[in-house]
Amino acid sequence: MTKRILIFFAALAICLAVLTNAPVASEQPPTTGDVLESITLPVPQDQNAKNYLGVTGEGSFTISQIKAQVVIIEIFNMYCNNCQREAPRVNELYQAVGKNPNQKGKIKMIGIGVGNTPLEVEVFRKTYGVPFPLFPDEDYSIHKATGEVRTPYFIGVKINADGSLSVFHTKEGGFQDPAQFLKQLVAASGL
Amino acid sequence: MLKRKIIYRGIFMGAIAVLCLAAVTYGASDTLKDNVYQVEQLKPIDSVPKLKVGDKAPDFTLPAVSGGKVTLSQYRGKKNVVISFVPAAWTPVCSEQWPGYNIAKTIFDRYNAQLIGITVDNIPTLYAWTNQMGQVWFPALSDFWPHGAVADTYGILRSDGTSERALFVIDKKGIVRYVDIHDINKRPPLDDLVKELEKLKK
Repeated sequence: MTKRILIFFAALAICLAVLTNAPVASEQPPTTGDVLESITLPVPQDQNAKNYLGVTGEGSFTISQIKAQVVIIEIFNMYCNNCQREAPRVNELYQAVGKNPNQKGKIKMIGIGVGNTPLEVEVFRKTYGVPFPLFPDEDYSIHKATGEVRTPYFIGVKINADGSLSVFHTKEGGFQDPAQFLKQLVAASGL
Repeated sequence: MLKRKIIYRGIFMGAIAVLCLAAVTYGASDTLKDNVYQVEQLKPIDSVPKLKVGDKAPDFTLPAVSGGKVTLSQYRGKKNVVISFVPAAWTPVCSEQWPGYNIAKTIFDRYNAQLIGITVDNIPTLYAWTNQMGQVWFPALSDFWPHGAVADTYGILRSDGTSERALFVIDKKGIVRYVDIHDINKRPPLDDLVKELEKLKK
């Protein structure tokens, strides 16, 4: 009888191990309160994009160098149906920031196209008239570093005085109402 | 005593079954949201190629999701053709590949190329799948019956009845100009296709 009980608990332990480990990715997606690891991106060639981000020259820059207090990062994929559907609303979010004098210049947006080549990102940008800078993540390195999230995924970060990035909001999937989403972001960021 | 033993065994087996089932359901719950069936890593290529660059593309006629039938030779002398075979509807990589092409029509137009999508799924499945992409601008054809016959002619029918993830570029004369039998687990970059279409202009 004792033997049977032991077998039962051993089996129970195995099943619980399967249960708890099933969906775990190699890196965990960022959550509110985390410090986001530095992300390095290429300086865009487009002058308007450079002006928007407040970066100059060539080479690369990090998100903490963006001239802003808050950066909204959209992790997307040109091939992802949900990202395509969400694109007009994401553009509306950008427009809403631009219309508010208290937010314009303080909140900037960027998009990172996971597994996308520069050409694929360009197709996405042109199709939807995306007004903010988009960057390819061809080798999925940024995607891996940010927990291999499903797309679209939004990460709101605050740029601290020391250049570190505090995550104040994350969202998987689209948002219904851009104005409402912006309100949430502003409240959570403490702008 | 024997009866008691049977009862204990029943409880034991039942508990294990419930726990294991719970584990499977929990792991899949996120994916169910989008109806996309998760597939494990598959053998990259599981067929023997039959076509090479320079061959005449075998003609075919297949039913389209939008109704009617599409014949490859109807484009002869008029348009270049890109055939995109994807392994199966409702699977992860395939569920991305066509939505990507769906926003790249201007690229295909630039090279006077008609994209044709083919899977071995039946029409109702293809209908439901392409509808959730917001409908596609290119013909989506069903190579369901006789099962995978066109995929087989093109040398890309896998041993499990799905097709390879393959791209064929066929010029206006009906000659195969590019064959990419891709690793089924990976999405071919659009850039490679554009490079090949660019060559047709020369």
